[in-house]
Amino acid sequence: MKPAPFDYLTPTSVDETLAVLREHEDDAKVLAGGQSLVPMLNFRLARPEVLVDINRVAGLAGIGVEDGTLRIGAMTRHRALETHLSSADGAWALLHEAVGHVGHAHIRSRGTVGGSLAHADPSAELPAAVSALGATLVVQSADGTREVAPEDFFEGFFTTSLAADELLTEIRVPAWPAGTRSSFLEVCRRRGDFAQVAVAAVVTLTDGRVTQAGVGLAGAAPGTVQARSVVDGLLGREPDAGTIAELAANFAADLDPPPDSHGPAEYRRHLARHLLVRALTKATRPAGATRASVA
Amino acid sequence: MDVEERTVADQADLRERTIRVTVNGTTYERTVSVRRSLVDFVREDLELTGSHVGCEHGVCGACTVLMDGEPIRACLMLAVQADGAELTTVEGLAPLSGEDLHPVQQAFWDHHGLQCGFCTSGILLTAYDFLRDKHGATEDEIRHAISGNLCRCTGYQGIVRSIQAADQTWER
Repeated sequence: MKPAPFDYLTPTSVDETLAVLREHEDDAKVLAGGQSLVPMLNFRLARPEVLVDINRVAGLAGIGVEDGTLRIGAMTRHRALETHLSSADGAWALLHEAVGHVGHAHIRSRGTVGGSLAHADPSAELPAAVSALGATLVVQSADGTREVAPEDFFEGFFTTSLAADELLTEIRVPAWPAGTRSSFLEVCRRRGDFAQVAVAAVVTLTDGRVTQAGVGLAGAAPGTVQARSVVDGLLGREPDAGTIAELAANFAADLDPPPDSHGPAEYRRHLARHLLVRALTKATRPAGATRASVA
Repeated sequence: MDVEERTVADQADLRERTIRVTVNGTTYERTVSVRRSLVDFVREDLELTGSHVGCEHGVCGACTVLMDGEPIRACLMLAVQADGAELTTVEGLAPLSGEDLHPVQQAFWDHHGLQCGFCTSGILLTAYDFLRDKHGATEDEIRHAISGNLCRCTGYQGIVRSIQAADQTWER
């Protein structure tokens, strides 16, 4: 048997789950899709005393639109999100592009949106995407519900602001105005791998000027990051090639990504800079423009 | 936790559970340790050894099975999680076609789609799932579809040719 012994609990409601988490706190680990946690259990990198399997909790999976907001239940499988958003355009198309980069079809059958976010792998696609989109993460505990912005949720290397007795239950993605485009670009060594660097960009153009934008990056730092200086630099301006190139270069120069066996920090800075240029160019080109016209 | 406590825990279903799983149309009821992986359960408890155990952390794809119709990594699920589910393993592939070999299997036979065979059951199920709703797949689409299954023998050429052939021969 690979995992170390644990007690296995299968709550069937959110309230029951929250009570169990309150009772066991740091001794418990929540099992969602298991595509990251089960390998950690098999390697015994994670040795929880209590495994709280939330796969049978009612009401945690599902996708819907309410008052213009896209609501994604935390236990929604990657594959369900991919299918649901296959014809999305504008801002929400970003999620469709991003989730297609998560692992392989086999992984996406089981992996969940909430699990990816709560795991907070710095190279994972969905944290970068929800950061760019300005999504709201709904977190519940036995005391009640709080709504958390991505920048307050992702705290760094595999670390979030979730307390031991809290559960991520829903992701709310706001509507973006007409004239919004998005782009998710990633470089990884093999298909299905985590990103070496990925850039998620959402830009709204009104009369040729940027009126709203969000940019998130994976793999560019020890945690998910937002490119605030790039967003601030774009707002109110016409996003010409020179502006984009300068903002991307300045942002990337300040990054301090951890070097690893796949390349030195300089390589990731290089990827971040060029992916930023390409993603922002794609997200700001006029409708109907061909690839050649923005080259 | 001492021995006495552990016994109490076992009785409370915390460490062992009885599950019912339908595999290739046959329903099995077994009592399993909660930390047994699904692929170990299929191989060792049900003695269906066509599904292989490779990396045991979701990278190689050798343990691929279909659960409720979708391909999954059977090493990344606990057996207890499959309670109530329907699985298809490689042993269930041929009966689906009513022939000795499923058209996908026949294509692998005809086009040198395997060498040592370790990855084959996982690749067959992946190819089956892919071709089910795909006709006229391009080579690039095929390579993308099998990118989650590692083969160390064939260099993938024979596998891609086999899937291209199955795309033609499998009436679906």
